[in-house]
Amino acid sequence: MSMASVESYVTEDGRTIGGVVMELKNITLRFGGVVAIKDISFDIREGEIRAIIGPNGAGKSSMLNVISGFYTPTEGEVWFEGKRRPQMRPYQVAQQGIARTFQNIALFAGMSTLDNIMTGRITRMKSGLFSQALWMGKAEREETEHREAVEKIIDFLEIQHIRKTPVGRLPYGLQKRVELGRALAAEPRLLLLDEPMAGMNVEEKEDMSRFILDVNDEFGTTIVLIEHDMGVVMDLSDRVVVMDYGKKIGDGPPAEVRNNKEVIDAYLGVSHD
Amino acid sequence: MPDQFLFAVEVMINGLMAGVLYALVALGFVLIFKASGIFNYAQGVLALFAALTLVGLQNGQIPFAHLINAAFGTKVHYFGWTMPTFLAIALTIVVMVLLAIAIERFILKHLVNQEPIILFMATIGLAYFLEGLGDVMWGADVKTLDVGLPQGASEWIEDRSAVLGGDGFYGFFIDKLDIVAALVAAVLVISLTLFSQYSKQGRALRAVADDHQAALSVGISLRFIWVLVWSIAGIVALVAGIMWGAKSGVQFSLSLIALKALPVLMLGGFTSIPGAIVGGLIIGVGEKLFEFTIGQMIGGATENWFAYVLALVFLVFRPQGLFGEKIIERV
Repeated sequence: MSMASVESYVTEDGRTIGGVVMELKNITLRFGGVVAIKDISFDIREGEIRAIIGPNGAGKSSMLNVISGFYTPTEGEVWFEGKRRPQMRPYQVAQQGIARTFQNIALFAGMSTLDNIMTGRITRMKSGLFSQALWMGKAEREETEHREAVEKIIDFLEIQHIRKTPVGRLPYGLQKRVELGRALAAEPRLLLLDEPMAGMNVEEKEDMSRFILDVNDEFGTTIVLIEHDMGVVMDLSDRVVVMDYGKKIGDGPPAEVRNNKEVIDAYLGVSHD
Repeated sequence: MPDQFLFAVEVMINGLMAGVLYALVALGFVLIFKASGIFNYAQGVLALFAALTLVGLQNGQIPFAHLINAAFGTKVHYFGWTMPTFLAIALTIVVMVLLAIAIERFILKHLVNQEPIILFMATIGLAYFLEGLGDVMWGADVKTLDVGLPQGASEWIEDRSAVLGGDGFYGFFIDKLDIVAALVAAVLVISLTLFSQYSKQGRALRAVADDHQAALSVGISLRFIWVLVWSIAGIVALVAGIMWGAKSGVQFSLSLIALKALPVLMLGGFTSIPGAIVGGLIIGVGEKLFEFTIGQMIGGATENWFAYVLALVFLVFRPQGLFGEKIIERV
């Protein structure tokens, strides 16, 4: 269904959704005897917000780990920007322009907000070890450029007041925001968010939703997000993949998925809140 | 000024100088601990191995000479040339970097995501392997290391300071080598701190120390960082090896100086570069002053245990050390 429409289109709110950025073809992931993902295919299009939903243990996080290179699929192919991706280590995937956040926040607790976001730009820094060690002019110029980019992100996420605070001391909601900032700092082609709103209160959830929409809208960033909160997913995303027990049971715009019987049975039918 | 006071000052200055040498060894520990959470038991042996390699290269020793002679019945020991110090140091650095690559490839790579205690055990194994390798490569005899550093008392300081006291005071006795060691340590600490705070690799290094997963997700190669950090630790070990070797000869007991670094780390904190320096200085001064004041009353030889007792006190009252990050366990 989704593969047929390759030409770009404009959404109701005026954003342009382009061609396919990533295509996952028949992905299967096994851990010993356990099958976490069973033969799943779907694509991600430029500029869209693509959600992956499903009950606990459905394999959503595993899927995200396959995309970000933390897991290597047992079978199947990952196509990125029209090329088949060979087996890669996570840091190589990151260097290709795929940034991510984690379900259980993975920040550098001892470093300040500023430094944390600065690490997000590591893939964009070019100066070699030697000139860095000697702090030569080029490295210094680069540092200044990156600082500017990082300051923009800090302004954007409204976290100026915690620039110098070690992130270990920040409340949960702000930590999640810093983590998003670090991922954004890489100016990613594809941004993966693993339950960006998990464990947040209503106000924090609203803030985060707004930031996700703004990122997508202002920078045109393609976003894949995993979420538990059905309401949030339906509001945010352009298209939704529904997973259950490692299988794909639905794929399409929120309104369509919402009325899919299999989805209702497997996910919406079970009271979750 | 009363002579007794001046003697105390002299003891203190010498304590500071000794402390610098402790700090040099502790520095290597801190670097690896910061970047990988591993307590590297092999750091002392690394200093020994570096010093052995440096002396061997300088004197044109043939590596594995005993092994070769035993296997082929030859009698080779030396190439017959001596290498300029500068070149020998450069080559030793190359050897230390190669060693770092080998450590990553043969040990660390296979222990990713293991408990720190397992990595610690691996470094114990590494320590004994390196000690054996050093023995087989360069021989077990005590060697003198001469890299052209000034030695002996600084007469300049002695003459200038003699006027401070009375007839019984001949001025401060300070070893020139200790002064050089202090300068080298200062340069090392400043450059390492700048490197870790402000460079891309330094930032990556701190990132890896904090969270492996997150580091990977921003595009940092763990393997590269480990090689980098072990290379730097190897080079710091070389500096420590040169200073200690020049002071007391290159011998296998050099690997035991690692033990003295332990209390230094407990004082300064395992994660702080400036902490290693301050910890080293406190222990150096503390043990000399203690010996000078209380030691005389209780029969002396307090230098052997003073540092450890001080470390114990710190473990009870401030386990993270003076500058270490406070250990917060979230449950």
